[in-house]
Amino acid sequence: MHEMSIALGVVNIADKAFQEAKAQRIDSITLEIGQLAGIQLESLYFVWPAAVEGTVLQGAERIIEEREGRALCLECEREFTLQHHFDACPHCNGYFKKIIAGKELNVKSLAFTLAEEAAPAPSKTR
Amino acid sequence: MCGVCGCGSDNKGPRVMLPNEQEHQHAHSHEHGHDHSHSHHHHSHEHHHAHGQDHSHEHGHHHHGHTHSHGKQAVVELEQNILHHNQLLAERNRGYFAAKNMLAVNLVSSPGSGKTAILERTLQDMKERADFYVIEGDQQTFNDADRIDAIGVPVVQVNTGQGCHLESDMVQTALQKLKPRDNSLLFIENVGNLVCPSMFDLGENQRVVIISVTEGDDKPIKYPDMFHSSQLCLINKIDLLPYVNFDVDKAKEYARRVNPDIKLLEVSATAGTGLEAWYDWLLAEQQKLL
Repeated sequence: MHEMSIALGVVNIADKAFQEAKAQRIDSITLEIGQLAGIQLESLYFVWPAAVEGTVLQGAERIIEEREGRALCLECEREFTLQHHFDACPHCNGYFKKIIAGKELNVKSLAFTLAEEAAPAPSKTR
Repeated sequence: MCGVCGCGSDNKGPRVMLPNEQEHQHAHSHEHGHDHSHSHHHHSHEHHHAHGQDHSHEHGHHHHGHTHSHGKQAVVELEQNILHHNQLLAERNRGYFAAKNMLAVNLVSSPGSGKTAILERTLQDMKERADFYVIEGDQQTFNDADRIDAIGVPVVQVNTGQGCHLESDMVQTALQKLKPRDNSLLFIENVGNLVCPSMFDLGENQRVVIISVTEGDDKPIKYPDMFHSSQLCLINKIDLLPYVNFDVDKAKEYARRVNPDIKLLEVSATAGTGLEAWYDWLLAEQQKLL
């Protein structure tokens, strides 16, 4: 269940960006996940509530953009779409290929609601 | 929360120990958790509520004005890899290995395919021909480190607690304890699991996946990520072939479908079959670094 590590990696990235932006709240987070990245989305959904509880991502909308797998066939040099690492080239049935897309595993963007003050004083205390 | 497994407590996090340290874990409970769990516990709420005054966290950020929009909403395009932190530390490990001319081999497989048996046999046969070090990864117990320690090869055990894979920071901590010599050969025996460890680069030079003939010959296409990211596949327990329904050619073909570049060797750690080819491969890989 490496999806928990993944989810907590997302929380760390979001937390850092949240502090830097001096935001009040994170409204949504967009993740870019390739179909060949080795992530089971169902597992990620399952661990998500526990991973974000009590963090800056609690209550934030989670948007996942899936990216399809693409490969370049090294036999016939044509590009094709693939669902699995072991799929053959549909043009020549060769297995020699280079994966060119579908391994993405990124935090693409964050949408914040900013704090009331645009430029808070650096030494502000409570 | 523990970043490796999501369990609620710190003392279930990874522990990194030398053989002579294993009694300390019970006697001194304060020993574990300080030096390797830091990267998993940066939750913002702890900062805000733990201190009476949080002024120390405020400075240094006030010049980040780039995302302010006219309203109250803002979007920041990050495009940051989620495993970025692990990747950075893996590259540091890789730099350490390169500077010391070390060959680091990450051994991965499902539980019970014979990783530790191959390792034991290899160390016994080869320890006069090269300088070896071992990092053992398991969820629990010191058993594997004890087996390596008995051969007389320096070893560090990493217990990941509930964690299903090693991460690069654990390897870094283990290296600090091992203090390997230059030109040596390091085996990192990962947690027995064909899924999760495939995603976590440890900084190794070579990843070796082990399957055994008592498993299904379709393992490579069932767990393609691991075979895709490995350079060598050892097919172990080859001496049991007469008794099992395992088609070696089919397994090799499946492995090559997933990874056309993968090298395949048939071995038996207990019978000693095919091990010379594996040793030759190891020494050749080490030679490439010099």
